[in-house]
Amino acid sequence: MASIWRYLLAGLGLAALLVGILAVVYLTAPRSARPAGPDVSRTKNTANGLFVASFAPERGVVRLGQLQSWLLTLKTKAGAPVEGAAIAISGGMPLHSHGLPTSPQATDYLGDGRYRIEGVKFTMSGWWQLHFAISATAGSDTVLFNVVL
Amino acid sequence: MRRRSRFLALMVAVVLTGCTKPDFSDAEKTTIASLALSSLPALKPDTTDRFADVPAAAALGSTLFFDQGMSGDGSISCSTCHKIDRQFQDDLPQAVGVGRTSRRTMPLAGVARDPWFFWDGRRDSLWAQALTPLENPLEQAGNRTAYAHYIKARFGERYERIFGPLPDLSGMPSNASPLGNDAEKAAWNAMSGAQRSAIDGVFANIGKAIAAFERSIEPAPTRFDRFALDLVTGAEPKGHAVFSKQEILGLKLFIGKANCVTCHNGPRFTDNSFHNTGVPPIAGLPPDRGRIDAVRQVEADPFNCFGAYRDGDASACGELRFMVKDAPELVRAYKTPSLRGAATRSPYMHAGQFSSLDEVVAHYAKAAPSVEGTSEVHPLGLSDRERAALVAFLKTLSE
Repeated sequence: MASIWRYLLAGLGLAALLVGILAVVYLTAPRSARPAGPDVSRTKNTANGLFVASFAPERGVVRLGQLQSWLLTLKTKAGAPVEGAAIAISGGMPLHSHGLPTSPQATDYLGDGRYRIEGVKFTMSGWWQLHFAISATAGSDTVLFNVVL
Repeated sequence: MRRRSRFLALMVAVVLTGCTKPDFSDAEKTTIASLALSSLPALKPDTTDRFADVPAAAALGSTLFFDQGMSGDGSISCSTCHKIDRQFQDDLPQAVGVGRTSRRTMPLAGVARDPWFFWDGRRDSLWAQALTPLENPLEQAGNRTAYAHYIKARFGERYERIFGPLPDLSGMPSNASPLGNDAEKAAWNAMSGAQRSAIDGVFANIGKAIAAFERSIEPAPTRFDRFALDLVTGAEPKGHAVFSKQEILGLKLFIGKANCVTCHNGPRFTDNSFHNTGVPPIAGLPPDRGRIDAVRQVEADPFNCFGAYRDGDASACGELRFMVKDAPELVRAYKTPSLRGAATRSPYMHAGQFSSLDEVVAHYAKAAPSVEGTSEVHPLGLSDRERAALVAFLKTLSE
């Protein structure tokens, strides 16, 4: 009777050892399996390198399902503000084959290269894209921002 | 020896109960918490309607909502289709007022939180919505001067205590409206501009009273909400709040593989937006292209947010101002309905196309293409067991 329990305990001990080894292997494995998501940087060069664009929510936080204002800041490569730009906005969800639920517009120039983009609304979590066509005295260029919620 | 065997039995028990406990990742728990009614924010004031939170307006609105006198032939009220004991809907595939409409009656729980009204969003405020069936010949089939005369005769004092003096209606036609029959249109066109705007003002106030009442209709907590609250707070679900294995699988599918939560998100299970999901048309009903045709209607509505009858300033009009007006995905796009209470209010979709939740889930699993425009849904590859689990989960939103 006693010997059966001894064997059982030994078995449990071996199982625990195995779990421990597996845990060490799992925890120390390199994290390369994670798929790389879209580039979500909020500041980037425009497609042809004409401007440096930054895109950020005006009040700092993104709220799902609410109309929000964002700021698009446009600078030249040398860091000078881009003034008097005409901005057209489009976008959507690349994985859901639909566009934006609203038509955001550049409604105000706030100085120092900052343009207020009103009417931005994200109705679901996931990968969104906002595409800006920018036309200024320096020329025309485009920039694409990814927003992942 | 006995102590050791007792210890082993205890270990086995711990391992076994650990296996049956619902196992959700942190991301899943975050999503589940976002769906719980406890995450529903307080109802915001409606600055376009200064009577929205005036109790006397809500009381008058409730009287009007149930009053069959608020119709052309005295037989139909808002409550004819929005039945108070049926989640404010009527269980019919298409609503029947004075005539038969081509759309399903929508339930009203939480309606004041919608940015757009009707299945296609052809109105942009709760008070502007309430006016539309009043003059639709298939619904309440009345006209706006008749409503103004009726309000003065039946509820004149109550109206004036809330909204101020009624205009002088003497000399105004008994029946006139820009949307009525030829005689009513002619009578409307014969009125002076001042008379027409005075009548429109009374008409808008009728909508504001009904809207004030409707703001009180809110969703109630369900079994899902109790389960979600326990899951998030780490409490042990008890009694009614315990989910079966099938319900847990359904919930996991809902927020995972089946992609339901993509559109049915937030505590009301809706993104308040419009989507073409390939729901088939019904033979014999007039052509129905959904959101794409509603855009012009809401723009042309004199009671919209840009119109003269809005209270407050135009900063409340963002949805209308930044509305998508022309995009291919608006074709046959319809509003995402809330799923709260859905299990006990068949039939489903904008014209009652499906008679059971099984049919709805089968539709999304199969993802048939749309007759016009492009459906946003893709085939899901769900097994029979998974489809049944989704239906089981949906039922927890009605219990």
